[in-house]
Amino acid sequence: MPDSSIAVHGDAPNPALLHHFATEEQQRDSSTLGMWIFLATEVMFFGGLFCAYLIYRLKYFGDFGAASKSIDAALGGTNTAVLICSSLTVVLAIWAAQTARRGLLIVMLILTMLFGCVFLGIKAKEYKDKFDEHHVPGPSFSFDHEEIPGHPGEYANPVHAEIFFALYFVMTGLHALHMIIGLGLFTWLLWGAWKGRFTPEYHTPLEIGGLYWHFVDIIWIYLFPLLYLIDRH
Amino acid sequence: MSMATATAPPVERVNYLNKEYGVASWLFTTDHKRIALLYLLSITFFFFIGGFFALLIRLELLTPASDLVQADTYNKLFTMHGMVMVFFFLIPSIPAVLGNFLVPLMIGAKDLAFPRVNLMSWYLYIIGGIMMLHCMLTGGVDTGWTFYTPFSTAYTNTKIVEAGLAIFVVGFSSILTGLNFIVTIHRMRAPGMTWSRLPLFIWAHYATSIIQILGTPVVAITIILVAAERTLHLGIFDPKLGGDPLLFQHLFWFYSHPAVYIMILPSMGVVTEIFACFSRKRIFGYSFVAFSSIAIAVFGFLVWAHHMFVAGISVYAALVFSLLSYAVAVPSAVKVFNWTATLYKGSIHYDAPMLYAFGFLGLFTIGGLTGLFLAALGIDVHVTDTYFVVAHFHYIMVGGAVMGYLGGMHFWWPKISGRLYPEGWARLAALIVFIGFNLTFFPQFLLGYMGMPRRYADYSHMPEFQILNVFSTAGATVLGIGYLLPMIYFLWSMRYGKPASDNPWNAAGLEWKTTSPPPTFNFDEEPVVTWEAYNYAELDAPQKDKDKQEVPVAR
Repeated sequence: MPDSSIAVHGDAPNPALLHHFATEEQQRDSSTLGMWIFLATEVMFFGGLFCAYLIYRLKYFGDFGAASKSIDAALGGTNTAVLICSSLTVVLAIWAAQTARRGLLIVMLILTMLFGCVFLGIKAKEYKDKFDEHHVPGPSFSFDHEEIPGHPGEYANPVHAEIFFALYFVMTGLHALHMIIGLGLFTWLLWGAWKGRFTPEYHTPLEIGGLYWHFVDIIWIYLFPLLYLIDRH
Repeated sequence: MSMATATAPPVERVNYLNKEYGVASWLFTTDHKRIALLYLLSITFFFFIGGFFALLIRLELLTPASDLVQADTYNKLFTMHGMVMVFFFLIPSIPAVLGNFLVPLMIGAKDLAFPRVNLMSWYLYIIGGIMMLHCMLTGGVDTGWTFYTPFSTAYTNTKIVEAGLAIFVVGFSSILTGLNFIVTIHRMRAPGMTWSRLPLFIWAHYATSIIQILGTPVVAITIILVAAERTLHLGIFDPKLGGDPLLFQHLFWFYSHPAVYIMILPSMGVVTEIFACFSRKRIFGYSFVAFSSIAIAVFGFLVWAHHMFVAGISVYAALVFSLLSYAVAVPSAVKVFNWTATLYKGSIHYDAPMLYAFGFLGLFTIGGLTGLFLAALGIDVHVTDTYFVVAHFHYIMVGGAVMGYLGGMHFWWPKISGRLYPEGWARLAALIVFIGFNLTFFPQFLLGYMGMPRRYADYSHMPEFQILNVFSTAGATVLGIGYLLPMIYFLWSMRYGKPASDNPWNAAGLEWKTTSPPPTFNFDEEPVVTWEAYNYAELDAPQKDKDKQEVPVAR
């Protein structure tokens, strides 16, 4: 690392360098480590749900298969593709900042947010379908005469299928909430990019925001097969 | 370093307390020391609320009949006592007050890595606290602090969702504190402050933070599920709807057992500092004490189902969890033996912090050993849900954690306030707390062993239990006085106490090398560490040898 970028405290440093850090490197390392640790927390947060899913999937194997088949895998697959594209645009945004391309940075951030909105839109459509089909847990829930895949003539127990849908809504709902928070985060990043805050030397917020965005994508990469694909051959 | 030029001592030196005045300078501060004091005020407030519930519980149990309160009210009292004490006092107590104040000072940093996140964690605590207060004032909760399903989700009519969300919010305050500590300890250490030179207080907080960031989110998601189940009538934990109540207990205890180590590990860190200082010795087996903290954090995650031995888990699972629970005793014993070895042939001083540390040592040992009784399957079946369990965990949480907290408050009070507390009163208070504590909780071991169940307002079918309950209630009164005393003389000393020198205990550790109270950025000049931790032999060496010791030499 070139000497010029190591600012001495109180010696007209980068305005983004906070008072309690000695160097920009220390500040960047701290911020990145902080986000990684936050993501570890998030892994445990979703981990509780994955644990519950695993237990009920094993307990009510066929019912979960039948319930899973009623979700639209084409919409879920589209959403998976949308999120993977958004991860690409995040990486490109960081690259644009590293190579001082402000215009490209702004375009990539906007594209990322657009992908995020498309994801949420498709998700809303899926939720609406579930409402129409009475697959939302509650008094009007109905899942009668749905065959268990691979067992002709056997029907799924609606009570057990309801647990699948409860987990489906909690898991995808929390994921969607994370997407909405991510959109807020990226609005802030976009504003910073607009103001020209990010330079090849200083773009830590982009990296932090990017880590978060990738994490939310990865959660989806696990949710998609568990919820949509478990019984499609 | 513009601050460093102010070396000429003015009448009153600028420090973190007198730098700015006014409410805004406190409510919008990002100084870890001021945030620690904000936490101190808030957790003291909740400590006395929780104590008030405890007092009502003890008064009710003074007589066998349920005459002071009805059973419904009694259920709410012990529930809210537990929730307030666990989530709003014990878990934040040492980390958020002493840890917040001391972690940057001990490692030679200007502040925690994320000062604004630190302030946010206090605001989250306050938001959660207001929600909890509102919940308690408008009806409260009666499930026990454990929220067991399906009672909590399908049957009780009390304010489960609001209390749950309050705990959810305060949980994130705890996560943010842990996150801040881990990053700070990794990235903000002063030059020369290697991992093996860290005070063991820091190691203990590092281990605590690991539990906070990995355990708390699990209880957070469990609370979300309970709230969703209750409001939307999902069936995840309701056996009538195909759900599994044991899954709730697994998820709940996956956090709530390690949470006990969130309470006790920082306390262990505190007494380690105190033992070294008041026996004027380097801690015996530094690296063993350091790594036993990490081992406790790791093992602590593997023993949760010992809360569920009679809940219907598989007997083979119970065997494994029983064995693993025994395993936690190993790192705990490593600590106890190393502290004792530190005391051995030490030059022991019986100042108030040391009295609390001695109290900790004895009470934690009793609490830990009775924990082994409970880890044994056969005995656990006999004493499950009796006062034996209540006595056991109060020996850990009150006898251990609170003793350590009070010891630490006394030890670092001169640094925090810049004033000395009255030593005589402090020793008296330590003695009163110790006597009151044992008088309260030791009879409960006997009661539990004789079969008195916990969580009952009425024991009139067993009037022979009364005498021990009278002892316990009398002890609680003594204990209450013991807790009020430090609050009074700490407040008194802020105005009338003698000004403290920078290092009134002649203690090792970076926090004593800055002024009392410290300046806002902790050190006038960035410290460079050239000595090992707990270098009491060098500190106490005659002056002529000291010049030699200044030169850093290996060994």
